[in-house]
Amino acid sequence: MAKKPQDLAVTGESGEHEYETGIAVVTADKPGDPGIEPHRVRMTDKSAKHERAAARQVAALFSVSIIGSIFSIWAYYAFPFNNSDAASLRINTIFLGLGITLGLFGIGVGAVHWAKTLMPDAEVSEERHQTRGSEEVRARAVEIIKLADQESGFSRRKLIRRTLYGALALFPIPAIVLFSDLGPNPKDSLRHTMWGQGGLRLTRDPDGTPIKASDVQLGAVFHVIPEGLKDLEAPSMLNEKAKAAVLLVRLDPADIKSQREKDWGYDGIVAYSKICTHVGCPVALYEQHTHHLLCPCHQSTFDLADDCKVVFGPASRPLPQLKIEVDADGYLVAPGDFAEPVGPSFWERKA
Amino acid sequence: MLKRKTISRRSPLAASLVMLGALLVTGGGYVAASTAAESTATSTAADQATIDTGHKLFLANCASCHGKNAEGTAAAPTLIGVGAAAVDFQVSTGRMPAQASGPQISDKAPQFTDQDIAAMAAYVASLAPGPAIPSDSYLAQKGNLTHGGELFRINCAMCHNATGAGGALTGGKWAPSLKDTSPKEFYEAMVTGPQNMPVFSNSDLSPADKLDIITYLQYVQNNPSVGGDSLGDLGPVAEGLFVWVIVLGAIVGITIWLGAKSN
Repeated sequence: MAKKPQDLAVTGESGEHEYETGIAVVTADKPGDPGIEPHRVRMTDKSAKHERAAARQVAALFSVSIIGSIFSIWAYYAFPFNNSDAASLRINTIFLGLGITLGLFGIGVGAVHWAKTLMPDAEVSEERHQTRGSEEVRARAVEIIKLADQESGFSRRKLIRRTLYGALALFPIPAIVLFSDLGPNPKDSLRHTMWGQGGLRLTRDPDGTPIKASDVQLGAVFHVIPEGLKDLEAPSMLNEKAKAAVLLVRLDPADIKSQREKDWGYDGIVAYSKICTHVGCPVALYEQHTHHLLCPCHQSTFDLADDCKVVFGPASRPLPQLKIEVDADGYLVAPGDFAEPVGPSFWERKA
Repeated sequence: MLKRKTISRRSPLAASLVMLGALLVTGGGYVAASTAAESTATSTAADQATIDTGHKLFLANCASCHGKNAEGTAAAPTLIGVGAAAVDFQVSTGRMPAQASGPQISDKAPQFTDQDIAAMAAYVASLAPGPAIPSDSYLAQKGNLTHGGELFRINCAMCHNATGAGGALTGGKWAPSLKDTSPKEFYEAMVTGPQNMPVFSNSDLSPADKLDIITYLQYVQNNPSVGGDSLGDLGPVAEGLFVWVIVLGAIVGITIWLGAKSN
């Protein structure tokens, strides 16, 4: 017959619940209060020799401070800062700083050493008091609140109370409106780059000179910006460059595995977005023979000969390819924009 | 007086003289400009004896991997068309002959005298046209430091680090440090693209651009770190390690001492 839990509990002499132990052997191993550790007498309290030594040490530390402070004043004049030699500033600050450090450190360490070795070593214990107030204090608090309610008429004056609630609910709203100052809505600017203007020549970064197909040798790499980007004003130039930067290489067409890559290039010359699809670092560490493109930030590696697919690292999408053609004068041009948004994922981006 | 002068200026002969003068100035300027650009690629005229010496050295030291006629084998690429600059770079930095095969051939002490290197370079250059060794007069020029720094940061710094300290690449390869590289080696590396480095031919970075980059790198090499020890110019990794291990370690040590009881 099974016993119910409450049947197992019996009340012992102490008034606490004691449990029937069955066949288990229970020893009285309740951890007791260990009390305060026995006081250990310091060497400086036991021997006069040690006490004198500690006193000398403290005095020595304060002396170090004195020497440090004097040294820093001397160093300031001994190693002047010379305008024509930037390295002199380093010498000046390093010795000045060293002196000031010793000046402060000597005082601090000396004071702590003094307190630890020579000042009284008595141990004091203090009981914690209860956080709950006494009944008397609690009753008085309730009395004060009731009196305040009565005097102000807070419970009685409904109109005042309700308008106050309304005012309190509304006053944080202006702070939320201020969030719109965090920046203009990007709208669809993340989906388009400057290449979307169509027919822009590929030009060298930073000089903006156009590139002929015949300029691009096998194994060469060009860092490319769209035609006209160089002449934009500084903030919008950087914003456009951050999206439109392109890496142009020439591969042996026989090495290219993807037909689309060949079709969007010109005789082995292919152009890919330089903006990593992971978090947007410029991917530009190009290895000529392995055709690998490495991102310096998180080591995402893309295979330039195979649609820039990710072969290693945290990036989840290939780099977008920019379709290029050659115009009548032999210069490389991009007929249009990338087929997909460049750079890292963003909230509204599909896949 | 004045009238006569005007008339003489208007004579047909004067017009053709002015035309001739203008043509001479324009054409002469063009010729001067193009020779200045080409002067970097003038190959040292190698005589047949030097080429033959180079051929012998090639057969004895290089042909086992690069093929008897430098046509390349499975172990090593062809040297036809790589030019004298490639041979000079690879052999004078000790990369060739290769110490061992692997992801990347390391540099070491050069294994040949300057004369032998010049002979081998002349032989390889005689096989097919390729980039030539830059002339000393070109390398002695001073380029535009600011433009060089900008070009270096755009084209080179992602692998070689903004101060040329070098860095890691994929699969055991690395971009070497540029701290002890000579201007000639800078130029040769750019035009030939050794190992996995891409080629920066004169149609990408003009000789003037290359000179700007070389000027920038020499400035970096000769400019001491103003801010104290640069910790290898490795940037936040080395600096972070120093702060977290040495500085934080010292703070933890002081804190433990503060809390410990004196004995």
